[in-house]
Amino acid sequence: MSRLAATFERLAQSGRKALIPFVTAGDPYPDFTLPLMHAMVKAGANVIELGAPFSDPMADGPVIQRASERALAHKMSLSRTLAIAAEFRKTDQITPVVVMGYLNPIEAMGYEGFANAAQRADIDGVLTVDLPPEEGEQCAALLKERGIDTIFLLAPNSSSDRIEKMAAIGSGYLYYVSLKGVTGAGHLDAGDVETKLKQIKSITTLPVGIGFGVKDAETAKTVSSLGDGVVVGSALISKIESNQDNPERAQEEIIGLLSSMRQAMDS
Amino acid sequence: MTEKYNMPDARGHFGPYGGTFVAETLIPPIQELNSAYHKYLQDPEFLSELDADLKYYVGRPSPLYYAERWSRELGGAQIYLKREDLNHTGSHKINNTVGQALLAKRMGKTRIIAETGAGQHGVATATVAARLGLECVVYMGAVDVARQSLNVYRMKLLGATVVAVESGSKTLKDALNEALRDWVTNVDNTFYIIGTVAGPHPYPAMVRDFQAIIGRETKQQCQELTGQIPDALVACVGGGSNAIGLFYPFIDDPSVRLIGVEAAGDGVATGRHSAPLCAGRPGVLHGNRTYLMADDDGEIIETHSISAGLDYPGVGPEHAWLKDTGRAEYVNITDNEALEGFYALTRMEGIIPALESSHAMAHTIRLAPTMRKDQIIVVNLSGRGDKDMQTMAKREGIEL
Repeated sequence: MSRLAATFERLAQSGRKALIPFVTAGDPYPDFTLPLMHAMVKAGANVIELGAPFSDPMADGPVIQRASERALAHKMSLSRTLAIAAEFRKTDQITPVVVMGYLNPIEAMGYEGFANAAQRADIDGVLTVDLPPEEGEQCAALLKERGIDTIFLLAPNSSSDRIEKMAAIGSGYLYYVSLKGVTGAGHLDAGDVETKLKQIKSITTLPVGIGFGVKDAETAKTVSSLGDGVVVGSALISKIESNQDNPERAQEEIIGLLSSMRQAMDS
Repeated sequence: MTEKYNMPDARGHFGPYGGTFVAETLIPPIQELNSAYHKYLQDPEFLSELDADLKYYVGRPSPLYYAERWSRELGGAQIYLKREDLNHTGSHKINNTVGQALLAKRMGKTRIIAETGAGQHGVATATVAARLGLECVVYMGAVDVARQSLNVYRMKLLGATVVAVESGSKTLKDALNEALRDWVTNVDNTFYIIGTVAGPHPYPAMVRDFQAIIGRETKQQCQELTGQIPDALVACVGGGSNAIGLFYPFIDDPSVRLIGVEAAGDGVATGRHSAPLCAGRPGVLHGNRTYLMADDDGEIIETHSISAGLDYPGVGPEHAWLKDTGRAEYVNITDNEALEGFYALTRMEGIIPALESSHAMAHTIRLAPTMRKDQIIVVNLSGRGDKDMQTMAKREGIEL
């Protein structure tokens, strides 16, 4: 069983939901990320989404865009992102790591080269924002052969047909984008999310993580009750941005926010 | 070529290029657009409305002008200019915005967004939005806002909101990123008018179809004027919409050379250029697979060109396909060479070309003398140079 499947199964058995932080690898500098990943696990994270920075992050709001820019200024790349994941794996064999990013860095490596590198880094899933299932079958198949899950996005306007398609090609979990917009935008509407999740759940048994617009412990609690996990990204990265002169405090604030989310979700 | 050219396939692929590489939220509006595009491009009522707009609003057909003095001076092939600069708003961009705006109206969209580099597409979009009474937001890189302030003012006069994009390299690619972010947020009421033959399917095919009137008219006008079809077509290529518009109706005429001219900036060897077909590599950006300017890690690199309209790291996927199949040739022209083209046309023919089009003129200076006097080159004069007066004056040390 894959680490992702095992994680969601374990959580379901104890009636808990997955807390899934997203951070951009190498933000604000390369050595910041690895200790942060371990600290996030201690604070209750169950899966880590590790962002591979890209020069043109079209689906992201300004907070994650600037995180990419800070990381790229330190020459962070997809292969160095995988190297951080490989380091993490040396001391944590349990927590799944999902690499999330855009397609062009993967194209530059070549699909097979990327799949091999991902396997060597022992990552568990890949989420490529601009690779919908229509174009993504070849890449998904190469990853599957190597035991790596492909995670697809679902949106508020995704039809039942599309949900079926994602459920067929995707594995690990599905990432439900709770609002029409970019990362870190607006406020999600719990009623809308609940309706959509019922539709998704009637089609697939894959776990569903919900993200975009999760800002604090309260939204994390509300959202987690609707699906199987909560993804939080921009709210964490804002802590890095506002503490660039003091990285220790950035980590403390991230851990503080995650702990409060964990507590709220479990209560 | 025995089989008729019939690209793209149903999923928008030109061989390995093109396709639909977007985040999930954009898939439904793209599917909606794709069905509207297929429906209305067969609809006689839609087509007759489009024809009337092109005739009475845009001013088509644009003339095919024989540049007699310039041809004689260069001493080779006879040069004809396709005068897209004489269209309403001053460039070929309006052929496409008129078409897409009619689609938007039929689809019930009330809000138009666009990206722009030199501002020509932004102006052409603001123009049609004003005419149809639609809200219009144009995204433009902050660097381009500064160097094309005249067009910024024109868009504002027309009632558009111009948003200066401060992220990334602050040029056309960043304007496109920001327009995509707007679209993903406002998918329900917003129509995104992409200005070039890039983006996810169906944009590359749809924009080409709206621009192909350039080539169709050229074919007919050249027959009427000379009794033959051209031997070579020359057009500048940024995203490549004016070039594909001219080339497309000639793809199945193997005797016609199709020559696209990319912007070499300071020179391809310096790395400071905007010539992905000549010096880039295939990759995926802005919804399609095509040739890109990217580094070994797949990060997009900054481009350089004197002309804001060519300052883009990608190129339409159909050009990538025409390059790989050898049907079209792609060359490049530096900033300094483009200026030669700019001055030549201005002084020889009394026509001031846009800096984008000046790249095509500069290549014509090189090409014409290598051809026989009974041969014909058609150069796409895609836009007029008024918008570039500040840039040119500044280069000459003159304050306006």
